[in-house]
Amino acid sequence: MFSSIRSLWIAFLHMFHKRETIQYPEEKAKLHPRWRGRIILSRDPDGGERCVACYLCAVACPVDCISLQATEDKTGRRYPEFFRINFSRCIFCGFCEEACPTYAIQLTPDFEMSEYNRQNLVYEKEDLLISGEGKYHGYNFYKVAGLSIGGKDKGEAENEEKPVDPRSLLP
Amino acid sequence: MNQTLQSILIVVGVLFVMLNIAAILIWVERRMLALWQDRYGPNRVGPFGLLQSLADMVKIFFKEDWIPPFADKPVFIIAPAIVVATVLLSFAVIPFTPDIHVIDLNIGLLFFLGMSSLGAYSVVLGGWSSNNKYSLLGALRGSAQMISYEVFMGISLMGVVMLTGSFSMVDIVNAQQKMWFVVPQIAGFVIFLIAGIAETHRLPFDIPEAESELIAGFHSEYSGMKFGMFFVGEYLGITLVSALITTLFFGGWLGPSFLPGVVWFFIKTFAFILFFVLLRAGLPRPRYDQLMEYGWKFLLPLSLLNLLVTGAVVLSLK
Repeated sequence: MFSSIRSLWIAFLHMFHKRETIQYPEEKAKLHPRWRGRIILSRDPDGGERCVACYLCAVACPVDCISLQATEDKTGRRYPEFFRINFSRCIFCGFCEEACPTYAIQLTPDFEMSEYNRQNLVYEKEDLLISGEGKYHGYNFYKVAGLSIGGKDKGEAENEEKPVDPRSLLP
Repeated sequence: MNQTLQSILIVVGVLFVMLNIAAILIWVERRMLALWQDRYGPNRVGPFGLLQSLADMVKIFFKEDWIPPFADKPVFIIAPAIVVATVLLSFAVIPFTPDIHVIDLNIGLLFFLGMSSLGAYSVVLGGWSSNNKYSLLGALRGSAQMISYEVFMGISLMGVVMLTGSFSMVDIVNAQQKMWFVVPQIAGFVIFLIAGIAETHRLPFDIPEAESELIAGFHSEYSGMKFGMFFVGEYLGITLVSALITTLFFGGWLGPSFLPGVVWFFIKTFAFILFFVLLRAGLPRPRYDQLMEYGWKFLLPLSLLNLLVTGAVVLSLK
């Protein structure tokens, strides 16, 4: 009986507490930098697409919402021909970001992506690509990869030594 | 003014005010509950969300009024009407001021007790005619709860009747000119309060509807305005019990004369309505057997004891 009265009194005292509700459309909740929201594709510092169309994100995706098609340009640089994320399926788990070897796919602190038409939730590459570098600055996959593409031969990447000639005995 | 016209006006007025109070209470309850739970509650529709009840009402009127094919149709339809009708009838004996009351029956209190007993039929018939095991369980619990709590609800009020020497509500209020009956009848007040909560099956004694165990119990098959009627009945019940507590224990319209009596009546009633909401905010639902045990083994002997002591004091003072 006493505990009932006590809990009534405590509930009554809550009248003078601050309300926890965030009045959403006017007031916004703080989203942290690592908040997993709308997915974007970032570019490298030189403005090229970071995505090398390796399919790792599509494989990692537990709900199979990512689909893409790899292709190459004349210099041998891989990029996705199309890159499509179906956000009506996406569960924002962030596995694609973890799987991505080139920091291309990233999740951003934004969740306001409601649509009246379900089809509008399918984002194409144009919708996903941003002009900046996202969370990881200064990283350019092709600048560190030992791959010969246009304007950069083998051994010319950062921190890379010249290729060894296996037929030569000289050091 | 013509006597008949005046009483018709009062009847219509009481009906109008009570039904509107029941509608507004939905908003009041949600706002107050939110306040005590550090939330806002409905605050978007109209000023302070006041039009929320209107919006809810419009919505519920346009809902499909579905009667399940396995239900006992006539009983199913009449059950929600019973609760509203009995509670509204009980308001006939409540004196708002010495002049504003529908009728001053010399058996006013008995009339209320009879009507609240009839209200139990609504729960029983509603649950039974739904032909659903959860509804039936809810109905069984509801009938057991209401019948057992009715016993000492009546007994707890007899102390007031003894002190007044009359069953008439107006006489009861007039007898409180010197002292509100809550002072000499504190035990009766507490017992009546608890029995009143159980009678309106409000939280924490909402065992017949218990969302978490019985999926809304006796009214789980109801939809549309039939479901709404149960809710209107529930809110009317809260108002009725609060008005009765005010009348029987807190001096009805009596109060300092800078406010008219009817305002005092509504202030006191509203305070008890808020207390009902606070109960919902603060207390968990007891187990079913705990509730019954509490009723029969604790409250019944206590109310009998209260009756004995009051009787002895009244006799010795004579």
